[in-house]
Amino acid sequence: MSEQPDTYAASAEVGAVRTRRSGFERFGLLMKSAPPSAWFGMIVVAFYILVAIFADVIAPYGEAEIHSAAFAPWGDEFFFGTDQIGRDVLTRLIYGARNTMGIALATTFLSFLIGGGLGLVAAINRRWLDQALSRFVDVLMAIPSLIFALMLLSIFGSTITSLIIIIAVLDSTRVFRLTRAVAVNVAVMDYVEAAKLRGEGLGWIMRREILPNIMPPLVAEFGLRFCFVFLTIAALSFLGVGIQPPTADWGSMVRANASLIQFAKYDMTAAITPLLPAAAIALLTVAVNFIVDWFLQKTSGLRE
Amino acid sequence: MTVTPVTNPESSADFSNEILLKMRDIRIDGYSDEQWHPIIKGVDLTLRRGEIMGLIGESGAGKSTLGKAAMGYTQPGCKLTSGSIIFDGIDLAKAKDREKRLLWGTRIAYVAQSAAASFNPAHRLIDQTVEAATRRGIRPDAESRADAVELFRALQLPDPETIGNRYPHQVSGGQLQRVMTAMAMSPRPDLIIFDEPTTALDVTTQVEVLASMRNIVAEFNTAAIYITHDLAVVAQMADFIQVLRYGEEVEEAPTRQMLTKPEMPYTKSLWSVRSLEKPEVKGEDIVLSINNIDAAYGPVKVLHDVSIKLPRGRTVAVVGESGSGKSTTARVMTGLLPPLSGTVTFNGEELPAALKDRSKDQLQRIQMIYQMADTAMNPRQTVEDIIGRPLEFYFGLKGKAREERILELLDMIELDESFMDRLPSELSGGQKQRICIARALAARPDIIICDEVTSALDQIVQEGILQLLLRLQKKYDITYLFITHDIATVKAISDEIVVMFEGEVVEQGLKSEILSPPFPAYTKLLLSSVPEMDPDWLTNLLEKRDD
Repeated sequence: MSEQPDTYAASAEVGAVRTRRSGFERFGLLMKSAPPSAWFGMIVVAFYILVAIFADVIAPYGEAEIHSAAFAPWGDEFFFGTDQIGRDVLTRLIYGARNTMGIALATTFLSFLIGGGLGLVAAINRRWLDQALSRFVDVLMAIPSLIFALMLLSIFGSTITSLIIIIAVLDSTRVFRLTRAVAVNVAVMDYVEAAKLRGEGLGWIMRREILPNIMPPLVAEFGLRFCFVFLTIAALSFLGVGIQPPTADWGSMVRANASLIQFAKYDMTAAITPLLPAAAIALLTVAVNFIVDWFLQKTSGLRE
Repeated sequence: MTVTPVTNPESSADFSNEILLKMRDIRIDGYSDEQWHPIIKGVDLTLRRGEIMGLIGESGAGKSTLGKAAMGYTQPGCKLTSGSIIFDGIDLAKAKDREKRLLWGTRIAYVAQSAAASFNPAHRLIDQTVEAATRRGIRPDAESRADAVELFRALQLPDPETIGNRYPHQVSGGQLQRVMTAMAMSPRPDLIIFDEPTTALDVTTQVEVLASMRNIVAEFNTAAIYITHDLAVVAQMADFIQVLRYGEEVEEAPTRQMLTKPEMPYTKSLWSVRSLEKPEVKGEDIVLSINNIDAAYGPVKVLHDVSIKLPRGRTVAVVGESGSGKSTTARVMTGLLPPLSGTVTFNGEELPAALKDRSKDQLQRIQMIYQMADTAMNPRQTVEDIIGRPLEFYFGLKGKAREERILELLDMIELDESFMDRLPSELSGGQKQRICIARALAARPDIIICDEVTSALDQIVQEGILQLLLRLQKKYDITYLFITHDIATVKAISDEIVVMFEGEVVEQGLKSEILSPPFPAYTKLLLSSVPEMDPDWLTNLLEKRDD
């Protein structure tokens, strides 16, 4: 606000923000303003990602390698002991990060592709298509999703592909609802009308006019959905229809070693073993939610 | 400020009254872009009991911030850095929140710009009107209610006995604004702050609201600060006027003196804005016409047998209050709302009724500029994307050619290269509207439909936009359909005028014909409701209407 001409000039009008920063600078400012909880979340998530990527390097043994001693205690050879058929628990935890997180990520992406795409279409075409999609989603949501998933998995078989597709489709109903709700508000803006008047097609309006403006709630929802998908997979694995052995996965690790809990009065560490994968899940969920909370607060424009 | 000696004996300001509010060296900083910026830079303000002060300036001048500071309140993201606010012996700048809360709503009241957004939709009007007086124990609830009815009557609300039982959505915007004034008056405050209370209203409604506000403030001898950017309005209300710019005081004087002999060049430029007038030219070659259009939103019929002709290279202004079908007419022309019956003819051939049936070429010929430039531009696209898209879309321009044409367009709207990579949020109101004009121009249209394009802007910015539009019309022979409710704008830009009322065309013809008597009843009401820069205008008008 340094220039103050006496006469009127269009280019000297006072705008809201005068300085323009590069993407890098803005990212730096964003990071500086992050609260400690968000930092904790980011560090934990980064750690998980590193573990997942370098699982082969970090893990002391092979993913499905069976050792002679089943239920071995914690020690130098097997840091967290071995499970019921003699596989190293630490190794399985490390590979579990890769498998469970990879599958959860793929599932969440797929569900956003389906739910987000259809939600946008429904928000733009408010006539029969919106009605048809919304009612179909209502029907899907009326059935308890875990039971529905169990049923579908027993029909199609518990392969990783069908697991991903089934959970993604069931989860996309929620994404659809959210996307449609936020996109409807954007779809009535004048700039969308201006694009329609220009003669733009559905694809352009969806991708270029609406999508960039509904990204914040979608990204926040992505974080939450990721956690829920994660928990659903863990739950399904615990029930035995999720990720199948010998692929390591946290949910099924809890189930396989669950019986160890009853030895708590003899050996504390043995009782903790089945809780380790559960703790891994809990920590990741908390971390992701910290980041999402921060992001939500940032984009909702709340101060103080 | 030192107390200006009364040079004009007619001035109603009485300088013998006791000083109610004294603000000295007010400085307020606002937080944006990770930094504190000064918003108010040392402004003084003195208000005596029973006086009305007008606070004017363009948006961003800090007038609302200063008005709120008079209550000792700063918005979140703002802070008072220095100065004193003495209200009846209490320094509000130092007072604790608890002490201030006791004053707010009872001794100091605030009337906001958007009444609709300030009422709780879930409670009846009367309950909200008496809440402050009853809760603070000023008088018993039953008395407050009886008093509220009297206030409603004094504010000339219809059915004062029963209107309080309605909910906010059941009354009109103008009525709601008056109920809000009643709410502010109910505890009989010493000071009321009006923050642009009539800006969102139609001219015809504005007159009624202004008159009733002025009467009630005079009746109870309440002091008031009236914040607005409309000079003609403030001339009716205020005893004296303070002009703000860039958070500093430009000039302060009693109203009459300010209107007749402004001293500072900036104030003079504000005063001269409304004198813009375009000589009318009759047009013969009809480029677009709509014939016998009936249109409806669902079951509600909005347009009845509307026919309008647009001569090439001329401006046709469509005037009327909100709900008269002006914007719907534009929607029919663009194809957004296919009519029930009637035709749209462009260059002699009939256009398909629906948008999706029109060809790219037909779409390109008719462009539109919206009232709210904020919502008309995608906040995630840069100026380059916004202007560049029609170039790509209609003409397939890419790379260097596209960039050159964008620069050419920016030059036409008097902006430069530095705006290329700005986002809409980094532009001022007038600049945003200019970018919208450039986007329309990029398509090389025959017709531009301008839907209230200047009504959200300050007067000085409005003038700049209108002159730009006129210059572009001359150069490129563009036809404008100019939708507005502001007669000053109509005078400035139009060749022909169409007056609409309740979905029908009341009158249509050359500007000189429409703006000279005899008038049909509605045209007369509309024309007489436009505030003039004469402090006696409202008084005279009301006398005339009473006859």
